[in-house]
Amino acid sequence: MHNGDITIDNITKVEGTAGLEVKVGNGTVKDLKFIIKDYRRFYTEAVKGKPFIAAPSFLSRICGTCSVAHLFAAIEAIEKSQGIKNTEQTMLLRRLAYNGLMIRDHALHLYFFILPDVLNIDSILDIPEDRDNLGHTLLHDSFDIKKIGSDITNVVIGAAIHAPFPTPGGFLQLPDSSKFPDLISRLEKIRPQVLRGIETFFTWDKSLKRNSDYLCLRNDKDYNFIEGSIINSQGKRVPEEKFHDFMKSVVIPYSQAEGYVFSDVYEDYLVGALARMNFNKDLLNKRTKKDAEKYLEIFPSNNIYHNNLAQAIEILQCVEDSLDILKNIEIKSETPIRKPPQAGIGVGVVEAPRGILYHKAQINDKGIIEDYDVIVPTSQNQINIENDLKKYFNENIEKDKDVLRLEAEKIIRAYDPCMSCATNFLKINWTLL
Amino acid sequence: MEGKKLSIGWFSFTCCEDSTILFTELLNEHFDEWKKVIDFRHVKALKTKNSLENLDVAFIEGAVSSKKQEDGVKKIRQNAKYVVAIGSCACTGMPSGSRNEFAKSEINEKIEWYMKHFDYSDKVRKLEDVIKVDDRVNGCPMNVPVFMNILDKYLKRFSIS
Repeated sequence: MHNGDITIDNITKVEGTAGLEVKVGNGTVKDLKFIIKDYRRFYTEAVKGKPFIAAPSFLSRICGTCSVAHLFAAIEAIEKSQGIKNTEQTMLLRRLAYNGLMIRDHALHLYFFILPDVLNIDSILDIPEDRDNLGHTLLHDSFDIKKIGSDITNVVIGAAIHAPFPTPGGFLQLPDSSKFPDLISRLEKIRPQVLRGIETFFTWDKSLKRNSDYLCLRNDKDYNFIEGSIINSQGKRVPEEKFHDFMKSVVIPYSQAEGYVFSDVYEDYLVGALARMNFNKDLLNKRTKKDAEKYLEIFPSNNIYHNNLAQAIEILQCVEDSLDILKNIEIKSETPIRKPPQAGIGVGVVEAPRGILYHKAQINDKGIIEDYDVIVPTSQNQINIENDLKKYFNENIEKDKDVLRLEAEKIIRAYDPCMSCATNFLKINWTLL
Repeated sequence: MEGKKLSIGWFSFTCCEDSTILFTELLNEHFDEWKKVIDFRHVKALKTKNSLENLDVAFIEGAVSSKKQEDGVKKIRQNAKYVVAIGSCACTGMPSGSRNEFAKSEINEKIEWYMKHFDYSDKVRKLEDVIKVDDRVNGCPMNVPVFMNILDKYLKRFSIS
């Protein structure tokens, strides 16, 4: 039984910088702090005074890995503030590009960060150079999967990171459809590799269960990362515009990022692939439902490790959905919808790979950003992560310190946190813990 | 017998880590080839057991926001024969250094609270304002052909093939 501190200065195989401090006395956890350490860059302040047309590209710099999510949420917020209604083609191409983001981002998390945990090794660098080794096969699967995800975004929006083509009202440049057959062929080819990944994360026997509440977007028509309203475990449903009222920000004095709780009951909640799969599995592509049938039976689940499995299934969903779009779309010549600027407020909510992402833009009649607000998924998950860790440490405190450190990192990684995202925003009503 | 490998470290400071993501994308094509010639000695995105000792080349992404980060990059410099600044924030300080341009009226009470509560330095600085930089890969994210050329240059400099 331990007394004293257990510290992780730098949690590895995550995006950004975070640490953990646990104080133990008399065999119980006296204090536990999950500390997000990335320094703030104050993007929501820095964007003020810029013309709205320049804002999405600037704000995509909030995050490297989910820059497309920030780009699309910002564009949506601005479009709503300006009363711009997009064409069907624009929305379909955004959906296709977003599938590319999800495939690449989930695969990075699952194979580069989580797979070493599954294989009980430190790093993908330790996987033997043996073609018969399952780790070797899975790692090389991941290269193909990540690459097709990136290439979808390269073709449709010009880049996987800080993409140049999307703009409020449409696209500055339309994709070259002569590249679609190659994407289709490669998407078909990786399907067995994606299924091998799903099986791997399904058979990984890890569990940490806690009664969390969940939040995600749902639109009742299809499994959609961009459009819908926000639902929670109690069936409460709010439109995107009301999301901000749904929760309260909480200043966590030792962390560079705020946390969030529900504004009515002050309880924590979880966002991300687990929430999406728990609520929306009925909306998956029919081929995904068929091929992933036995894995889908697990959901709804309150095991945080099933966030990994949910991401693996979402890769398959995005492969199938991309195939449907690529096989059927005929690119028509279109230019972005432009209107004279108007004063207005708009909200854009999307499902980033790691959960709900909210952008709110206030624009004046000259088209200049007057105020901006962002709520990111890792901030929302922060208190939930801490509470999961408290449960784990309290139930396993007799274990060796190195085991506790290792397992704590696995729990944090399962959330797929992104600290770079989490530290850029200032909220209005905050509460000091 | 295994030949000499280029010992590298990859580090991130204040930024969005877009170049780290791009680096992990480059592994899709180059993993097998690079594993033969590169010792990934300190890459937090890929491994837990990291070491700072005797780096041939340190690739540093991000701007420097605090005394703690300043100490961090100085420590890397002491342990690395060469340092390469990666991406716009390391090379120019921007866009992570946007707060350097804030007018006093823009420093509201919440910004002030974070600035005082944590060890933010007065200004966000680019890497070469803090340590000697041997090479730069500009871009947001980094320019891949330039990065590949610089990596190749150091492989040749250390006679690794």
